[in-house]
Amino acid sequence: MASNGLVSPQRRSSDQFDGGDPSPCGSEEVHVLAVDDSLVDRKVIERLLKITSCKVTAVDSGLRALRFLGLDEEKTAGDFNGLKVDMIITDYCMPGMTGYELLKKIKESSALREIPVVIMSSENVLARIDRCMEEGAEDFIVKPVKLSDVKRLRDCMTRDVGDRTSSDGGGTTHKRKLQESFHESPPSSIVSCASSSVPAASTTRSRSPSPSPSPSVSSSKPVTATTDFDFMGFFSIRGKSNNGRHVEDSDQHLNRLKEETVA
Amino acid sequence: MPRFHGQSNHAPVDIVNQLQKQYVDYLTSLFHEGVLDDQFTQLQKLQDESNPDFTVEVATLFFVDSDKLINNMAAALERSPVDFKQVDADVHQLKGSSSSIGAMRVKNLCITFRSFCETQSYEGCLICLQQVKNECAVLKDKLQNLFRMEQQIVGAGGSVPLMD
Repeated sequence: MASNGLVSPQRRSSDQFDGGDPSPCGSEEVHVLAVDDSLVDRKVIERLLKITSCKVTAVDSGLRALRFLGLDEEKTAGDFNGLKVDMIITDYCMPGMTGYELLKKIKESSALREIPVVIMSSENVLARIDRCMEEGAEDFIVKPVKLSDVKRLRDCMTRDVGDRTSSDGGGTTHKRKLQESFHESPPSSIVSCASSSVPAASTTRSRSPSPSPSPSVSSSKPVTATTDFDFMGFFSIRGKSNNGRHVEDSDQHLNRLKEETVA
Repeated sequence: MPRFHGQSNHAPVDIVNQLQKQYVDYLTSLFHEGVLDDQFTQLQKLQDESNPDFTVEVATLFFVDSDKLINNMAAALERSPVDFKQVDADVHQLKGSSSSIGAMRVKNLCITFRSFCETQSYEGCLICLQQVKNECAVLKDKLQNLFRMEQQIVGAGGSVPLMD
């Protein structure tokens, strides 16, 4: 798995097992875990996410989602497949574990709680929405999901990751901010974050033996651990480099994920 | 196979235009009748050269899903006592997937169906089940027509117009 020759903070390291060629405009994409028991909805959300240049892993239950995230059976640094998840989008009403229960489990996990979780539901019930947001959901989408919903999430996520890099990595949730343009984050602050402590999301990715998101100085960690945030910041600075149609360059990789996760 | 790459036999422009017009008229009528709603257009927008059959694929999944759910509902309604919660769960599923593909009439029928499940009205449920079955059959038929028209347009060298 060829490395991109990680040198500058803007280039992401190859800890993502792409197997694909980096595209000219920076290969790394946001990886979203989609959870929905409905086959139709999984297909739709998957397409929506891919079209907004996200890598997608779609699973049909909360249990499978936790398994994918490495959080079942609480073996802590257990069987982690090495794939960083940048966002989780889950249906609310599912048999077995509901999206709400999944949300709680994720937010209770020190390893995972930094990952933004978006809830989808066909019922536009305020109490439900409030409950989810209070539990730390990033956003709540009323189904049917449209392209504009996903695009909005994409923008928020890019921005939120930028915010997280400048925070101390606490487990704060991010309610959807209405206004700020991610263009407002000056490049320098994003790049400088490469040397700051890395919040828990990197723990998700690297799955080091200590699952707790203790801040560490970047010099004690290879730059690889931080570059997903650099990338996110870089990505947002450059604006949408992958807007419009996304032609996959790592089909095999995605298919493998699907095989592993589907039914 | 790539639909938008078109076949090499380009029909005269009038024919393509005519096919396109018929297509637009047909799709418009489906919207007017309430068979489809805007979500269907949303799905069509997700189709492109890399995923030229996306809408057809989603529709196919829908019918596989709805057939299964309808069978489940029928079976549940035949049992004694009827497990209305189970029927409701299936109707809820169908409501969700029909909403996701823009099948408005099916979705609305599901809403009514659910209220009969809630009041545990056996007869109401039976009637709704029949209506849902019929409506899905109608939808399948119309979508097949629609997709066939799309194929004809592409086959004639044109591109499928996207509704706004």
